[in-house]
Order: sequence, then structure tokens, then C-alpha cells
Amino acid sequence: MAKTLATRIAFGKELIRLGADHDFVVCNADTKACGLQDFGKYYPERTFSFGIAEQDMTTAAAGLAACGNKVFLSTFAVFATMRACEQVRTFVCYPKLNVTVIGTHGGLQVGSDGATHAAIEDVAIMRSFPNMTIVEPADAVAAVAVARWAVTYEGPLYIRLHRNPVPDVYDESYSFSFGKARCAANYGRDLTIISSGILLRKALEAAALLRERGLAIRVLDMATIKPLDKEAVIAAAKETGAILTLEDHTVMGGLGSAVAETVVQHCPVPMELVGIPDVFGESGDAEELYKAHRMDTDSIVERSLALIGRKGN
Amino acid sequence: MNHNYFTSQDVARLESQAKVLREDILTMIHAAGAGHPGGSLSAVEMVTALYFHVLNIDPQNPQWPDRDRFILSKGHACPVLYAALARRGYFDPALLTTLRQYGSILQGHPDMKRTPGVDMTSGSLGNGLAAGVGMALSGRLHHQDYMTYVLIGDGELQEGMVWEAAMAAGHHDLKNLIAIVDCNGVQINGWVNDIMTVEPIADKWRAFGWKVVGCDGHDMKDVMTALHTARSMRHPAVILMRTVKGKGVSFMEDESKWHGAAPDEEELAQAIHDVQTWGVI
Repeated sequence: MAKTLATRIAFGKELIRLGADHDFVVCNADTKACGLQDFGKYYPERTFSFGIAEQDMTTAAAGLAACGNKVFLSTFAVFATMRACEQVRTFVCYPKLNVTVIGTHGGLQVGSDGATHAAIEDVAIMRSFPNMTIVEPADAVAAVAVARWAVTYEGPLYIRLHRNPVPDVYDESYSFSFGKARCAANYGRDLTIISSGILLRKALEAAALLRERGLAIRVLDMATIKPLDKEAVIAAAKETGAILTLEDHTVMGGLGSAVAETVVQHCPVPMELVGIPDVFGESGDAEELYKAHRMDTDSIVERSLALIGRKGN
Repeated sequence: MNHNYFTSQDVARLESQAKVLREDILTMIHAAGAGHPGGSLSAVEMVTALYFHVLNIDPQNPQWPDRDRFILSKGHACPVLYAALARRGYFDPALLTTLRQYGSILQGHPDMKRTPGVDMTSGSLGNGLAAGVGMALSGRLHHQDYMTYVLIGDGELQEGMVWEAAMAAGHHDLKNLIAIVDCNGVQINGWVNDIMTVEPIADKWRAFGWKVVGCDGHDMKDVMTALHTARSMRHPAVILMRTVKGKGVSFMEDESKWHGAAPDEEELAQAIHDVQTWGVI
């Protein structure tokens, strides 16, 4: 049985470990986002508290980075990308400063906090900023690997993490390959499912169920959402003839849109964008919400079958 | 150089330098056909004092890690900064007339990646002090003794984020951070206190844990003294400098319409004449 841990906690704990050997600084805005409120217990000089003031924190992070520091800041994805949206754009991305924005509680996994706290637009917003890079790990194993990579990355970076513990998909053999789609399953040529973040597990479950029905599915873990691995997308379009994207995010502007932008320009094939439709989040258990938006495993199977039915010939 | 000490010769030298910057500002905004003369002219004495006497900087090495930092939070006033940087030797003054042109190193608002000597990108109001907080925290962390100066507009005080940053500077007791408020009293649509009252400014800063210093922003000796006083406060200090928007050009003074307008040929000639004769008794 795979161990179960939230990507945000895995990432934060690893970052605290990495603090011993890497000279980065951490900015906090009074949240229990990814455990970095404890960074100061180990490295008191390298942590800065800004209180509940995300805009100030983000531009101050830019000031720290402008003086040569590698900066990690963490808060809920809604606040990091919307309250401090312009600060990320103008003071981090535009001058291309070395700031990693850790956005936690991505998508519908905000406990039952509801629409105000559910970041369903963050990827779309961050993706539109020049110089920005976006990474979303699929499980705790990947989150740890991404943390190790992130401390060495230079430039604006957005790390999207989820709230709830999820069973690991990967084992110790996993290594993070920046900018590359990882082929998480490759059963054949009927369809490719491309997912980002923790929904990878649902993609793999759906692929297994479809396999029982005699359909051969490829599953790509697109942990790097920007820059997108266009080669992998084009290959998937050419070799499997249909693509279903899966994201815990609005279907407007996120991973699905990114994939569609590539597909439509290089190799148009039928696509299905699975994610949150044009509505806000709401209170409720995440699994209930996924089901309501037809993002659960059974729905992915149904939508995959319909998509395969739309393929030519 | 002792950056605190100054003589009457220094004051005379700086006053004459300020005159050059005023002419540069007017000339480059005229050449660009757009820009913000009013708030550039009100800050001339302060920027001159900083760049030509107070700041510990090396124009040959703009990225020198131990340099003093200057952030023009009221980024629209960049003509005054560009003029100072050019005349201080960061780049060829001939480039000043490329302001706002395609491909120019002189963008419409300061860009730290394009212009040598610009320490922080700015232009979106309310952000400069927070960037200054980050720079001051970094200086403290790495045991560097540089100072960080942030020039803010008085209308800019309407931005809530200024006060988030003021709170942070007070909380972290950043004695290596100096804010300067250019109190010219005018913003784009009129008098600041008609549009949104920012007074009582001094009380607000004190309430956030800052030491407050006042000065006449067009009296070079007063400006130099205020900078010296602020540096010796050992706490975050703010200089509230009383200024006149468009200072030095008769038809621009106190006129909100010159917040963001370029003088035409005739107006430029009059403006240059005003600047050259201003202060001649």
C-alpha cells in the first residue's frame, strides 16, 4: 500500500530539509499552507513574516531577489495568484526575479472552505505571464523531487500544490524531469489522457478500467504545465488520435487550454477537456465536487469512450 | 566620501546640477512627446542630492552588491531618475532623448533589466516601499551596511499596500530603510486632498513605528540635512518633503494638467528659460 501524504506537506517538509544545504530564504503570510511556518524554527534568520499581507510579501520577495537571494514564498493559491496577482506579474515576472511562488490548496481541495478559497483559475492567470514557469506534482514523491529541483531553479516559478493527502502514484525510482511529460502508462493507441497534479491517479484508474474494456490508453503526467512539452502533445495527437485533458482547475485557460493550443496548431484531433466548467467552487467533499463536475474516475471513463467515438474512421 | 558631511560648496554644486537635470527632464519629455514632467520636477533636488552626494554607488559597477539602493516608487517620474543616472555616468546622456521609444533602454516606467543603475522595476504605484523592505531585509541578513531609499508620491499614499509595507518596516525595525514622500499636493485629476485625503501624513507614519523628518524639498541645504537626520535615526525613517509639482517652470507649477503632458516646442523654450533664470537673484 502506497503511503499517503499531501503534496503541499511533502514539498514544505523537503524544503525545510533542503534549507540546511541551500541558502534560500522563505517569506510567509501567516497561513498553514505547506508547513513553511516552521522554517523559522530551523533557520530563523532566513525566514521573514509579513503577516496577512500577500501583496507586500510578494513585492518584498522581489526586493529580496533583486539583492541576489533565492526566495520561496508560500500561501494559498487563491491569494498568491489573485490577491498578489499584479505583484507576481510586474515585480517578479517582468524583471525575471528568482522568486518561487508556492500556491497551496489548488483546485477544489480546500476542505469545505468553498469558492472564496478554491483556486480554480490560478494556472490560467500564471500561465499568461511571460517568464513564468508552472509545475504541479502528482503526488508526495513527485513533490519532494520538485522541491529538490526548485531550489536550483533560477527565475519566476509557480508551484501548485494540493491540500488533501493522496496515495502515492510513484515510488523511489521517480525523478522529476523539468519540461518533460512523463509517460505514466502506455497501453496503446486509442487515446491519450494528459493530466497535471493529483488527478493523475484518476487518469490511471480510468485507463485501467478502459483497458478492461479492450481500449488502449496512454497517460501523460504533465507536471510542467509551462513551458509545455509540445513534442509529447504532438506525438500523442499523431499516435493516438484523441486527447483528453484532466485538471483540477477551470477548463478555461489551464492545462486543457495549453494542450489544445498546441494540438489545434500542429495536429488537430478530437479533444475532451475535463475540469471545472465555468463555475466557482463550493463547499463539499472534494470527491463529491469532482463527481458533480464529471471529473471522477467513472465520468472520465464515460467521457473517454465518447471521445474515442468521435475519432475519424 | 563621507556621505553625511557637506559644505556650502557642495550645496552650490548640487544646485547647479539640479538645473541640468531639470533641463534634461523637459528636453526628454518633449522629445518623447509624452511623460510626466510635474512629479519629475518636484523631486529634482532630492534625486540630485542622493545621486550626486549621498548614495554610496559606483556607476562603473551598477550591480555592486554593497551599493546603496534607490527605488523610484512613483515610477512615472522616471525622467528625473534617468537624467540623474545619465549625468552620473551610468549611460550616455545622448540616450535621454530616446525616452519611451521602441528599443530604448529608457522605458516609460523604470525597468531594472534594461537601464543601468535602476535598482528596481516600478511604475505600478504602492509597490516600491515593499520592494525596499525586501532589500533592507536582505542587507540585514547578509550583514551589508547599505541603505535603501524609496521615493513615494503623496497621492501614492492612497495605495493600501504602502501601509502594509510601512507596517512591515516598523515590525522588522528596518533602520537601513528610508522612505521619502514627495508632498507636491497634486495628482492627475487635481489636489490630493480633494481626491482622497492623505493627511495627517506624519501621524500615519509615526503610528506605524517610523521616525518622521520634514524638509523643504526645493531647498538643497534642507534636503541634505533631512537625509543626514533620517540616516541617523536608527529606526525606519521617512522624510516628508514639501514640494511644488512642476517646480521651476512657471506655467507647470501646481498644475495637475502637467502631471502627464509633454511641452511643445514653444512651451519647451519657455520652460528652459524659466529653469535657467530660476533662483537667479
